Amino acid sequence: MFNASLYPNFAALNILYHNVRKIWWKILSLLLLVYTVTGGLLMDVPRLFILNESIRNLYFHVCMWFAMMILFGISIFHSIRYLLSNNLRFDINARQYAAVGSVLGLLGYITGAIWANYTWKTDQSQSLASILKEPKLIGAAIALLIYGAYFVLRGSFTDIDKKARVSAVYNIFAFAMLFPSIWIIPRLVGSLHPGAPGSDSGNPALNFKDIDSRLRIVFYPAVIGWTLLGVWITTLKIRLQLLKDKSLIHE
Amino acid sequence: MNRTAKRILTSALLALTSIPGMAQSTTPDMADAMRANGKIYVVVAVCLTILLGLIAYVFAIDRKISKLEKEQP
Repeated sequence: MFNASLYPNFAALNILYHNVRKIWWKILSLLLLVYTVTGGLLMDVPRLFILNESIRNLYFHVCMWFAMMILFGISIFHSIRYLLSNNLRFDINARQYAAVGSVLGLLGYITGAIWANYTWKTDQSQSLASILKEPKLIGAAIALLIYGAYFVLRGSFTDIDKKARVSAVYNIFAFAMLFPSIWIIPRLVGSLHPGAPGSDSGNPALNFKDIDSRLRIVFYPAVIGWTLLGVWITTLKIRLQLLKDKSLIHE
Repeated sequence: MNRTAKRILTSALLALTSIPGMAQSTTPDMADAMRANGKIYVVVAVCLTILLGLIAYVFAIDRKISKLEKEQP
């Protein structure tokens, strides 16, 4: 490995080297997202009926949900760490990861609604009533509302330790509820969304036989890029919160 | 030309014009025209500008917080 400190004349290079070592994943996120937008709009995609060019939404809409799941996963990890250690720093981490995860989930919901408007409503002439009954949409709405309640719950405590403890336990429940509401129930009952019985795709976006390799070379980097951007924004929120709560955390 | 003949002719013409429409539906429609005249690059340029602008903004906030952290005792 190149050790810049051996060359005292290159002080500027040394600073750059240490900075890059700290922020390499932010640069990676930037590069992956530039690739996602460029490759996602220009590279070859499978020609499919109904979807047409809108298959490219895979790099944007689906990635929002992937990033949301990962951020919620990090959030519950910090909640469990809080319950094990009673360190309020983990409570701040859990809250901020849940907040950014919820924003990504909301973006996923809105983009899904736009996509569905053209591929379900216009092209498959589904009525609005049948789309409103769509189990994937109802499940996703329930999951997001459960996370909404997490923030309501947090806001209703005056005792900081009680708030941290109860909301950490609730966060575990909220994460557990994601699985039946988003992943299991829409696949048991019929749904227009890929993954439902009758839609001939078992596990959309993850099944190797199901997703075309031309899509995968953009999709996987896109998931990593969007997730890293979400983590980056979360770290900023955590650092701000730590600055605010400096008096509460004794370190 | 009487009325009936006119009607038959119009129906035939309308039927003929629908043929290209039917031919198109055998392959999925893609935005090939957009790629052919190169205008898709305009969309890519716009999206990239927005993305880079947003990330630059996040980066600026990052630096501002770093500065605040250094100022704190």
